[in-house]
Amino acid sequence: MAKTLFDKVWDSHVVRSVKDGPDVFFIDRHFIHEVTSPVAFLGLESRGNSVVYPERTFATADHNTPTINQHLPVEDALSANQLDALEKNAAKYGISHWGLGDKNNGIVHVVGPENGITLPGATIVCGDSHTSTHGAFGAIAFGIGTSEVEMVLSTQCIMQPKPKKMRINVNGKLGVGVTPKDVALYIISQQTTSGATGYFVEYAGDVFKDMSMEGRMTVCNLSIEMGARGGMIAPDEKTFEYIKGRSQTPKGADWDKAMKYWETLYTEEGAEFDAEFNYDAADIEPMITYGTNPGMGMGVTKSIPVAANVKGGAETYKKSLGYMSFNEGDAMIGKPIDFVFLGSCTNGRIEDFRAFCSIVEGRKKAANVTAWLVPGSHKVVDQIKAEGLDKIITNAGFELREPGCSACLAMNDDKIPAGKLSVSTSNRNFEGRQGPGSRTLLASPLVAAASAVEGVVTDPRTLLTA
Amino acid sequence: MAYDKFNVLTSTAYPLPIENVDTDQIIPARFLKATERVDFDKNFFRDWRYNQDGTPKADFPLNKEIYAGSKILVGGRNFGSGSSREHAAWSVYDFGLRCVISSEFADIFKGNCLNVGVLPVQVSPEFADKLFDAIMADPKTEIKVDLPNQTVTLVATGESESFEINSYKKENMLNGFDDIDYLKNIENEISAFAETRPF
Repeated sequence: MAKTLFDKVWDSHVVRSVKDGPDVFFIDRHFIHEVTSPVAFLGLESRGNSVVYPERTFATADHNTPTINQHLPVEDALSANQLDALEKNAAKYGISHWGLGDKNNGIVHVVGPENGITLPGATIVCGDSHTSTHGAFGAIAFGIGTSEVEMVLSTQCIMQPKPKKMRINVNGKLGVGVTPKDVALYIISQQTTSGATGYFVEYAGDVFKDMSMEGRMTVCNLSIEMGARGGMIAPDEKTFEYIKGRSQTPKGADWDKAMKYWETLYTEEGAEFDAEFNYDAADIEPMITYGTNPGMGMGVTKSIPVAANVKGGAETYKKSLGYMSFNEGDAMIGKPIDFVFLGSCTNGRIEDFRAFCSIVEGRKKAANVTAWLVPGSHKVVDQIKAEGLDKIITNAGFELREPGCSACLAMNDDKIPAGKLSVSTSNRNFEGRQGPGSRTLLASPLVAAASAVEGVVTDPRTLLTA
Repeated sequence: MAYDKFNVLTSTAYPLPIENVDTDQIIPARFLKATERVDFDKNFFRDWRYNQDGTPKADFPLNKEIYAGSKILVGGRNFGSGSSREHAAWSVYDFGLRCVISSEFADIFKGNCLNVGVLPVQVSPEFADKLFDAIMADPKTEIKVDLPNQTVTLVATGESESFEINSYKKENMLNGFDDIDYLKNIENEISAFAETRPF
């Protein structure tokens, strides 16, 4: 029977299948961070277990770290304690650790690919739902809970039922000002926040073939936001070009051997999916969300739908708009904003900073806007400086912060105050996600930049063509 | 961490008929800073349970005396979406709940629940509505969740529906076992498999 890309990678990692139960699923690469790993290590020790394959686990500090003055001791005692626990656990079990200030430090889903840890055909997990990012390389990658972090540490396996398979095809050419983030937000708006629950998604079609690796990471990253466990894209020349020569990728004969395997990683003609959807690139415009889940998105020029026209319960919908202080039928363009957040594992890479700069260059940040620009890693910071983007940023009245997850989940001090409205390039607009009472509009780096200079929600195409 | 065995549970229930309840509501990120599993019950639904000055919101179901002590929560469709934080499932368990009923669960949350001893029971949207209606009509409505027979029943009327759970997870839940017990038991098989991995 013809196999899908997902079948090939999944089936080759099944140690055994439990009768009327899950598969024992082998994990090639495991990322850990300070928030979801400490209790896993406690569990491991209370059972008298150890880390069986420390070379398959990689630790980086990101969720909780400050984004200013990283050279100073971390002020928040609880955060410092978690960072300390990560460092100690890594040292104790011989796990590589990129702590605060390390030149390889950054957001786990940015540093994994940057350092060649993320490989096609690999299975990758992390106690973070945006682990789906790594699917951009043709890996099966998804988020797990802390019990499963402990399973991987102590056995290198987890127990998972095989998800159903969905393929999403987007064909045609994207318009000017339409980015990978918009493609993802468009798909999620069509699927809703739970439409792909129970599925693992393969993205296919012209749009993904044409997309850069960083763009593919943005799309796969957001798979979880429609309920999918993960998303993946078949590896191609772009993929191999991206990973070649990175610090941890196979070299020499190992590379050649790996390439032979990687070239088999595609969905065969006639392979079956449990669900399939087709979208047209021409229907996608720069997107923005207006509600409290990522499925509540629309073209930036559109008006907020009326409750009667949306799927799901009207009560939930109205509660959501009530939280946002928006009304059915409101236009989004022109709404005054307070904050802009550029960063996160979704949009914290060099291409995102280039896009942001393409708009703000020669313009000035609006006086009413506070902007937090947070690169995804130190390598991204270095690249920003090497390309002179830091000067564009400073000249336009913005400041660059230090790497971390930052205001995406607001575990550190980067919290959007209650009631304030932020255009954010991150991944979740849930109530209070960016700080208690904060209101989030998810959008691309272009929409964020345009809104930052205008001080109101702005269609970036009006500035790109000016 | 070990959890108590689950067999048959009969209890009143907290109703939360809101869709897409995400894990940031169940336990906001700012309460994830512990390095041990402590106090997650206190911050369960923190921002829906309390005002910013720390006073309880009287109209939120978890704060209503009439439901106090319930071991079941009936939630709206797509319960537990968002983050993979197991802290959300811990906070459910540590608050004293053993079962969440909904017409749809987010995948990761569902898996986390099963790993920590909370039984996620997926019912049809119609049956979920029936449960909400019954609780609204009588807050003391009792619901019986029978794991061995895989049924959920409105005790007063006897209206019942069956639910799915694979037999492996069912045995775990009935006996208080977890996946690590299983995996450690096949260690040699796993290490032989690991030898075959190209990277």
